[in-house]
Amino acid sequence: MRVNFTVNGRPQEADDVWEGESLLYVLRERLGLPGSKNACEQGECGSCTVRLDGVLVCSCLVAAGQAEGRQVDTVEGLTGENGELGTLQQAFVDAGAVQCGFCTPGLLVAADELLERNPEPSDGDIREALSGNLCRCTGYEKILDAVRLAAARAEAAEEAVRP
Amino acid sequence: MTTSGITPTPTGLTQGAATKGGIGESTLRPDGVLKVTGEFAYASDLWHEDMLWGYTLRSTVAHATIVSIDTAEALATSGVYAVLTYDDLPTEVRHYGLEIQDTPVLAHGKVRHHGEPVALVAADHPETARRAAAKIRIVYEELPVITDEASATAPGAVLVHEHRDDHHFPHVTHPNILHRQPIVRGDAEAAARRADVIVTGSYVFGMQDQAFLGPESGLAVPAEDGGVDLYVATQWLHADLRQIAPVLGLPESKVRMTLSGVGGAFGGREDLSMQIHGCLLALRTGKPVKIVYNRFESFFGHVHRHPARLWYEHGATKDGKLTHMKCRIVLDGGAYASSSPAVVGNAASLSAGPYVIDDVDIEALALYTNNPPCGAMRGFGAVQACFAYEAQMDKLAARLGLDPVEFRQRNAMEQGTIMPTGQPVDSPAPVAELLRRVKSRPLPPERQWEVAGGASDVRALPGGLSNTTHGEGVVRGVGYAVGIKNVGFSEGFDDYSTARVRMEVVGGEPVVTVHTAMAEVGQGGITVQAQIARSELGVAQVTIQPADTRVGSAGSTSASRQTYMTGGAVKNTCEAVREQVLEIGRRKFGTYHPAWATAELLLEGGKVVTDGGEALAALADVLEGEAVDLELEFRHRPTQAFDLRTGQGNGHVQYSFAAHRAVVEVDTELGLVKVVELACAQDVGKALNPLSVIGQIQGGTTQGLGVAVMEEIVVDPRTAKVRNPSFTDYLIPTILDTPDIPVDVLELADSHAPYGLRGVGEAPTLSSTPAVLAAIRQATGLELNRTPVRPEHLTGS
Repeated sequence: MRVNFTVNGRPQEADDVWEGESLLYVLRERLGLPGSKNACEQGECGSCTVRLDGVLVCSCLVAAGQAEGRQVDTVEGLTGENGELGTLQQAFVDAGAVQCGFCTPGLLVAADELLERNPEPSDGDIREALSGNLCRCTGYEKILDAVRLAAARAEAAEEAVRP
Repeated sequence: MTTSGITPTPTGLTQGAATKGGIGESTLRPDGVLKVTGEFAYASDLWHEDMLWGYTLRSTVAHATIVSIDTAEALATSGVYAVLTYDDLPTEVRHYGLEIQDTPVLAHGKVRHHGEPVALVAADHPETARRAAAKIRIVYEELPVITDEASATAPGAVLVHEHRDDHHFPHVTHPNILHRQPIVRGDAEAAARRADVIVTGSYVFGMQDQAFLGPESGLAVPAEDGGVDLYVATQWLHADLRQIAPVLGLPESKVRMTLSGVGGAFGGREDLSMQIHGCLLALRTGKPVKIVYNRFESFFGHVHRHPARLWYEHGATKDGKLTHMKCRIVLDGGAYASSSPAVVGNAASLSAGPYVIDDVDIEALALYTNNPPCGAMRGFGAVQACFAYEAQMDKLAARLGLDPVEFRQRNAMEQGTIMPTGQPVDSPAPVAELLRRVKSRPLPPERQWEVAGGASDVRALPGGLSNTTHGEGVVRGVGYAVGIKNVGFSEGFDDYSTARVRMEVVGGEPVVTVHTAMAEVGQGGITVQAQIARSELGVAQVTIQPADTRVGSAGSTSASRQTYMTGGAVKNTCEAVREQVLEIGRRKFGTYHPAWATAELLLEGGKVVTDGGEALAALADVLEGEAVDLELEFRHRPTQAFDLRTGQGNGHVQYSFAAHRAVVEVDTELGLVKVVELACAQDVGKALNPLSVIGQIQGGTTQGLGVAVMEEIVVDPRTAKVRNPSFTDYLIPTILDTPDIPVDVLELADSHAPYGLRGVGEAPTLSSTPAVLAAIRQATGLELNRTPVRPEHLTGS
């Protein structure tokens, strides 16, 4: 079958999609967007987290056909038009929140959704929001640091432009 | 500037300046940007035009004779290009292994564990490959399963390997014992008579999994010369190559390996997984073949941490001094050897922990069983022992009425202490100090769920968002532990690493290229390599080449050895490059300044400078028209094998030490545990990159927490089948399960090591687990001799 949907603001068309293929498979193997990772195929690890019409989903659990006509946002969409890193991406690099990095794309998408909804999250809020994303390398402390840093930088940037 | 005709003149000199991004700085990862944009190519992201997908059919039973395999229907499936079994292997070399070559490439005649590879399929879509594999008909005749020491050594027990002929076999009492290492020092019986108290304990350590997030993956591309190019996530390219080439019947020069992006390892990628399988399918079909394990397959595709049963006896005098220790450690090696012999050596030689005990009687062994094969995982044999000896320390302290930290400090090893193996500890061993540091840290406030925001926050309670308690029945406990881990490969292994360093002028600037075969698995080794090159050669621009087999072996990214070994190789090679650069400088500019001949010269800020800081020449001028390019090996000081009867020998290169204090809150009604804080103090010798060091310590601490309260591969004792090969059923800590992990880093230099550094990655995994257990014991008053602790152990249900 053919699936038409919007990925990171751009209309996309995937052909010859087999009915059982996941949104994750179509993103990675048919659209050449390997940023979303596949680590469990059970919706347990969060490595494949994307936003579907703004809502966080594990793309391994979404049949590609379910994305028909909808908006999908992946980690690739967090990078600016000219390749500059978004605030959250830069914070992950600066805070040392990236080790092997396999969990990083999913964590970024989930943290981005959190900060959009709650720009000043408490540590409890961050932990709750990211509890669906497993990381095996970092012990999470530096991931918390990164989200705190991104929130602080976003707030500082907003204050700077306020009259 | 030319070097002929005109006498060269040094130009543009100012004082030399320290080069940014050198050692000791928290330099950011060079791969960080690619990893946050999603562009970093992990092994599972590789793609080749016209590539096929490989799939592995695995045994559904643990121990059986294979009566027949029928592949006809699978092979006839549309889209299938090849189906391979043992009979299709191209040479007589059909087994591989890190230490003992006992692992079949594909099962032959027999399967020895659940999930053993039996057949391979290559097809045009991963689902086609899976469906075709399901059409392969295998008839098994099941055999009795060996699952523990009793069944392995029972009279008439079935032999897991019926034709053992490896070198360890003569030193064990039964062919189902894979390896055995006793250590006898002093007279434990006589010393026991001096003890005022003696405590014994039996402990069980569950089977932990590395559970790296990026599953085993790789792409094999057949080459025109009949060879193959393999892009793969691994920990040691050259060890893979040594095992792969003979099976393929190719010289090593025709198997070209390149490291692809690795999504974590922790020991689980030290053994081969898809490497040979991918190459076989590629060579058979003439097409590129990609294999990506799913999570279910990943649990069968790599070895696990050895589950263990440990028995300990310790004695102490009234004034709190250890008299003796006896122990017996039985590790379950599973169906194939992997690195079990070395794990046994570690468990035995580190079984007394970081304590002074002159009289010991130690035995460690590993069994062959039909359980999943076990091998390397972070901590490598020292983890299981630490869990048990630390429980013993608490028991002794309680019997003597001493504070558990005070008791440990009275017996703490220090520089000069003799290990049970007779080896002196010849570098700082700040065991008492590490304990002091974690103990002196203020405790986190009690009942934090009440103070958080003024209202009840269930997220801070045991059970968390499950909302199972609002604080009633919740009790707090505090526990301590400390551990000792060896760094690098021990027991006489010829452990080395190779680095190639090139220095030249590009675009008018001096640049350095570093090429090693070190596997970057997330630990940050490439960052450190660049930092070392900048520090040694005074050049800002350093490029790290991709790791591949065109350069000599770097050894394994394991045993906390890569900063020491490949870092040491980069350092030494840079020093040799520096000497050649200075030689060129002397030749070109030596007549301009007497310091060229007389002073100690350094490279700093892109210049040649004297040790007094005076700049003599710009590196761009020195190297104009010339390049220095060297490849050198680095070895640590030699070690010895442990004597197979007495265990004596200078077996280890270096030790690292970490201590933890765990604070837990336990809901005693439901048996749920919340770890509130897990503070760590560790001696790292020299922190080459403090940010990475702390990240490694926090990550290692969390893996120890995992095995304390949740992580275990559950194997059915009747069938030896794995019950929980998924992230639904094998739990690793989430961010809600993981507490604050404050880290206190000591830097006491080891004079034998490059920059005085100590390997960092493993030590924190040792003491984290027993600290959490000690805290739960203190909170509940229960004995708890098993890890992981489950709710039923806390509620008595």
